[in-house]
Amino acid sequence: MSLPRTDKQLVALLRICALIAASILLLILFFLIDESRPVLQHVALTRFVTDASWHPAQGLYKLTPMLSATLYATIGALLLATPLGIASALFCSYYAPSLFAGCYRRLIAVLAGIPSVVYGFWGLTTLAPIIGHLHPPGVSLVTGVVVLTLMILPTVALTVDAALAAVPVAYLRSGAALGLSHWGLISGVALPAAHSGIAAGIMLAAGRAIGETMAVLMVAGNVAEQPHSIFDPVRTLTANIALEMAYATGNHRAALFVSGLALMTVVVMLVSTAELFKKNTHKHV
Amino acid sequence: MSKSDLARVLIWLAAALVSGVFVWLLADILVHGLSRLSWSFLVEAPRNAGRSGGIGSIIISTGLILLVTMVMAGPLSLATAVLLSEFSQHDSVFRCLVRPSLDVLAGVPSIVFGLFGNAFFCIYLGLGFSILSGGLTLACMVLPVLIRTAEEGLMAVPNDYRMAAAALGMSRSAALVHLLLPAATPAMVAGSMLGIGRAIGETAALIFTSGYVDRMPESLFDSGRSLSVHIYDLSMNVAGGDANAYSSALVLIILLLVINSITLRLAKQWLHKSVAV
Amino acid sequence: MSFLINNTIGADDAYTLGPLQAGPPCCVPEPLIRVENLSLHYGGKPALENVSLDIYKGCITTLIGPSGCGKTSFLSALNRLTDMIPDCHISGNINFANKDIRHPALDVQALRRDIGMIFQKPTPFPMSIRRNIELPLREHGVSKRTELNDIVQQVLQDVGLWDEVNGRLESPAQALSGGQQQRLCIARALALAPKVLLMDEPCSALDPISSGVVEDLIQRLREKYTVVIVTHNLAQAKRIANYAGFFWVKEQAGCLIEFGQCKQIFDSPTHELTAAYVNGIRG
Repeated sequence: MSLPRTDKQLVALLRICALIAASILLLILFFLIDESRPVLQHVALTRFVTDASWHPAQGLYKLTPMLSATLYATIGALLLATPLGIASALFCSYYAPSLFAGCYRRLIAVLAGIPSVVYGFWGLTTLAPIIGHLHPPGVSLVTGVVVLTLMILPTVALTVDAALAAVPVAYLRSGAALGLSHWGLISGVALPAAHSGIAAGIMLAAGRAIGETMAVLMVAGNVAEQPHSIFDPVRTLTANIALEMAYATGNHRAALFVSGLALMTVVVMLVSTAELFKKNTHKHV
Repeated sequence: MSKSDLARVLIWLAAALVSGVFVWLLADILVHGLSRLSWSFLVEAPRNAGRSGGIGSIIISTGLILLVTMVMAGPLSLATAVLLSEFSQHDSVFRCLVRPSLDVLAGVPSIVFGLFGNAFFCIYLGLGFSILSGGLTLACMVLPVLIRTAEEGLMAVPNDYRMAAAALGMSRSAALVHLLLPAATPAMVAGSMLGIGRAIGETAALIFTSGYVDRMPESLFDSGRSLSVHIYDLSMNVAGGDANAYSSALVLIILLLVINSITLRLAKQWLHKSVAV
Repeated sequence: MSFLINNTIGADDAYTLGPLQAGPPCCVPEPLIRVENLSLHYGGKPALENVSLDIYKGCITTLIGPSGCGKTSFLSALNRLTDMIPDCHISGNINFANKDIRHPALDVQALRRDIGMIFQKPTPFPMSIRRNIELPLREHGVSKRTELNDIVQQVLQDVGLWDEVNGRLESPAQALSGGQQQRLCIARALALAPKVLLMDEPCSALDPISSGVVEDLIQRLREKYTVVIVTHNLAQAKRIANYAGFFWVKEQAGCLIEFGQCKQIFDSPTHELTAAYVNGIRG
């Protein structure tokens, strides 16, 4: 195929731009690894788990309190957001009159776009005092879980909504013709047909929860200790980075980069798997 | 009570709970934020660490950061989208390299972008805490979104146009400039709005790249504080900063709603165009 | 460069038929396009096997046969539009005016100026009527305003659209009716002064009246242009064509069964398949 000269020049230019875009990921990996090297060379990986506590100034790098905080917060948020999100999606698709459904969807879409700092701010000024009344202090793991739930709920709801919309109407009609009740249709036909979309929604939400920084930083307290109850203040991995980057140097800074690298790996794997599931939804239909 | 009735009650309850909490959140910000919202709030500089005064310099900084983001990410994303959709076959080397890289990039958490931006733009390239560093970091963040929407816009242009243009002996670049890009413009603008919406709410990526300074920036190399960073600082580090934080949050939400509705309208126009043809 | 066609129609009477030139021309015409052993496959799946035929200058050649016989693929090969289809491989020779069009150094854009194509579905660009015609002209180097205006008017008159659209040349081309859109596409192709026009079922997406108008237009193109037209409408083929090629599917690939003068193919075909097809017994 002989391209005219302008086309050849254009393709060359486009290729350069595309390569720049593709290399950003490589740059990120490179710099993260490069900044992590100092601590990885001097500190064995097991010490991130076995050290006595997180006190970089004293050469102690125990990350497990932060890892636990991230884990508990994510699981807690998923436990709350998944049923609520699926219920929201079901509400839009099968229960709400069309006017309500449109408004509800619009509301969820708006909320998906609200920045995390606004969620954190509201959590700090409104939620934390209420929870503080129940059990001081207000800023704790449970507050973090509630705020995270609010943040990842739109993700679950919108993904499941799309998956339910992709269920062929023919399935539902056949089920109805077989005499299935309303709930029977939903639980027996619609939800199973949308299962890969639901899985994708949950994984995307998990990825978002794990990577979330500002909201949890603002409402979960600031204590780098293992939590023993849901009312204990905690610090997630992301909050740890955000809080300490400002003044960290040397090995301390490198340790933060290590945790950043670990975060990136986990989240990227979750999101990639979720995208695969999403593609399967469309293939099925 | 049958299973269906129970399910119906529970689902309506869930929807009511969710909408109730969200309306509570939005109303809370609206009510508290309105008290200090005024024209002078929008143009005055912050005083007393932001407790009083306005957000004039903050808005300028935010605008400059967004400008840098879109100027850097816009052309690059357009070029990449054009290559992926018009000039590469399904199994070409470029497609296999670029697509997965972008898909992974889309999933990277924002704090990691903050770390990268700090290491690369601030330190390695020597830009320091500056609007430029912040804008460039955000450009990397929104690149996948911009590329995806531009690609979708181009792929939605009917292939008949490309065939007809080729049959008339037009070069691919001519067809692109005169035919395909104009037809894909609503989608691309909607994508840009989406990118701006994401960038405006970003905090974690900006704290370590564009910094905290709340003065009016004098150049792109100055440090500047974006609106979301301002809200963060006021609520966490400034006692008594809540009132202004509420108003700033309200301004941010209003901006996002405006961007959201422009995007929706453009998306509808795009859909209408591609279906009508 | 003159763009005048021998108009046999009056200015105020756009659809009066001039004398038709059915049947073979009075002298044996020269072949303009020679195809030898053309084979085409898409990613391993054969679409055409060993097709050889000649397209004669100034005549209307029709390609008939059922769907899936490779007629459209054959047409796309003639102006190298197959270059745009991924995974499409061609072998064989195609000579246009004694030049091998498959030569890698060939200027494909110039080729497509000489060999124009009209598609089944009318594809006016989403712009004004005037710009639809001017855009390809500008791309091929015509830039003077007066020249552009002249060409636009001339080709719109040639296709019988001038009276209908004069005065609203800036209005969107996609607001025209299907028949008008197809005539606009033909005008757009004629503006480049091609030697050959390839037409892939140009009337099949149109209503009967528009179809008739376009068919009349095609007949008026004879002599000045060489036309290759794919059609499913056997009656139409019989009406307008000088030469006909009959395609069929053999072993899952399209092939040419018979080619010859139109009268002979329809009235006294040599091959029994051809006879079966033109008499409506098969296909």
